[in-house]
Amino acid sequence: MDGSEKVHRPSAVSVAPDAMDRELLTRMHLTMVRIRHFEQRAIELFMAGELPGFLHSCLGQEAVPAGVCAALREDDYITSTHRGHGHVIAKGLRFDRMMAELYGRTTGYCKGKGGSMHIADFSQGVLGANGIVGAGIPIATGAALSAQMRRSGQVVVAFFGDGATSQGAFHEAANLAAVWNLPIVYVCENNHYAVSTPVSRQMRVSSVAQRAAGYGFPGVTVDGNDPMAVYEAAREAVERARSGGGPTLLECRTYRWMGHYIGDPATYRPAEEVAWWKERDPLALFERRLIEMEILSQEEIERAHEQVRAELEAAIEFARQSPVPAPEDALRDLPQ
Amino acid sequence: MSQIYYRQAIRDALREEMRRDERVFLLGLDIGRFGGTYKATQGLWEEFGDERVRDTPLSEAAIAGAAVGAAMTGMRPVAEIMYMDFITIALDQIANQAAKLTYMSGGQARIPVVFRTQEGAGRSSAAQHAQSLEAWVAHIPGLKVVLPATPYDAKGLLKTAIRDDSPVVFIEHKLLYGIKGEAPDEEYLIPFGQARVAREGTDVTVVALSRMVLKALEAAEELAREGISVEVIDPRTVAPLDLETILASVEKTGRLIVTHEGYTRCGVGAEIATQVVEHAMHALKRPPRRVCGRNVPIPFAPVMENYVIPQAADLVKAVRELMS
Repeated sequence: MDGSEKVHRPSAVSVAPDAMDRELLTRMHLTMVRIRHFEQRAIELFMAGELPGFLHSCLGQEAVPAGVCAALREDDYITSTHRGHGHVIAKGLRFDRMMAELYGRTTGYCKGKGGSMHIADFSQGVLGANGIVGAGIPIATGAALSAQMRRSGQVVVAFFGDGATSQGAFHEAANLAAVWNLPIVYVCENNHYAVSTPVSRQMRVSSVAQRAAGYGFPGVTVDGNDPMAVYEAAREAVERARSGGGPTLLECRTYRWMGHYIGDPATYRPAEEVAWWKERDPLALFERRLIEMEILSQEEIERAHEQVRAELEAAIEFARQSPVPAPEDALRDLPQ
Repeated sequence: MSQIYYRQAIRDALREEMRRDERVFLLGLDIGRFGGTYKATQGLWEEFGDERVRDTPLSEAAIAGAAVGAAMTGMRPVAEIMYMDFITIALDQIANQAAKLTYMSGGQARIPVVFRTQEGAGRSSAAQHAQSLEAWVAHIPGLKVVLPATPYDAKGLLKTAIRDDSPVVFIEHKLLYGIKGEAPDEEYLIPFGQARVAREGTDVTVVALSRMVLKALEAAEELAREGISVEVIDPRTVAPLDLETILASVEKTGRLIVTHEGYTRCGVGAEIATQVVEHAMHALKRPPRRVCGRNVPIPFAPVMENYVIPQAADLVKAVRELMS
């Protein structure tokens, strides 16, 4: 987005606070806290040289996975991206096995073969984070086809960024899902940059959601920093998918606080733009609202943070103590 | 035993597996009412309907990707890529996704998907409808690559491919669909990684892929009249490769020719020849020879097309040279 678009206020779905129950709001809050702390600690560990590879942080984008996954059933599927920690945490994955994967240990979700970009847990419906931008979208579409053919009632969410919507894979998959009326929600986390390239230089339309018109299914834009707005829109899309109404493209406008990867100075973004978005910290805003709504007290919020921090430190210790794979483990786990 | 066409063998294998397992379904361009560009799926839509014989938009990446996603979640899709040349558009899903997700997820993902396609020159289809690109997929760990040369093998191998729990690229040849061969009436499967000795011989080993098996047999027949005994080996699957059968033959003959329509440079033949040199150098009386596609795009005019694709006469000449 260029400077003039910074003040754009996404057309948030208005939600009456009492329309959401306490349990749901508390759950979404906890998910956001979990993502926030996981990402902050992962950055510290990476900077300290403890984690191999590279790291794509979703700090600042916590509301999207929290809101979307709150609308899903446990047996629903998701596909994720290189910036995927938030998605898989929101889908219910554990800190310890995630951390172990980031450390490349045998106890990690992928036994150290995938790393940060490829966390998967099929038992939790996480069909994998993907290192190829846009590649998870056709896979999610296939999972939706499978759900439809098996009449399982499952819904699939494909998470991807604004950059992925310029991939042919997005177009091909969205069109196929439309033609076959598949139970899928395409969730675009529009964080306004594909690496360094702003959305204005990626597409001529003013919103990603407009692209849905080309496929003949609804496209919705919401404030991706508001978990309640995200949840409401996701719930509607998921219900549509589950009841045979077909796909939805849900664009959630958000912002990544960090560069594309940790170490990217992100000089392509104006400082005032970053500051504007940081003022709209999705977690801080949500917590203020939860207190106003008397859903949680300041003490309860602090306790949630403490519990998550403690769980995270234990997970880091678990990862550090976990065995490093043997070199020849590299030869295992190919398809037989 | 019956005489069946190669295309019928493909169709019979699909039909039998679809009747046997309701998770098996087909998706691809024009495979339904139209019956497939080469009529390999003719009659299946009539029996199994829209849901299990799925015509798709013109969309190879979506066909392949949807097949991968469906395979990961309990189905057993058979995706058709109409021409192997079009696999370029689907290659991310095949080479980066299907081939890698099992490994990358630490063994969690099971991806029982078959990518059916066809390759080969000889119909003046020019450079984008005639390539033999098996080397591209055989290069990638995590993919099984099958190239049946006979109706018997086409049926038995396709049934095995569909029952396999991992990704298989099944490569037919467009000029084989119309050939006939014997196949049992009762059910049979052919395991992967077992080469077929198509003709026994003692002087030269010719390892031939796909339609080149037929040309190699033709050459062997001609050479037999000159008193040269050629052994023709059809690996049938290049990943996994049955090296043992090839090595046993080379131990006997001491001479090796590899032949395929795919480009010579970095082709599967180079891999086979290298493995033979690594394991049986002692047995080789002469350096191995490649009689493979020339390193140019496939031209349109028949006279040029025939020139760039190996012919039986090229094999006869190469064998004579090795014997001189």
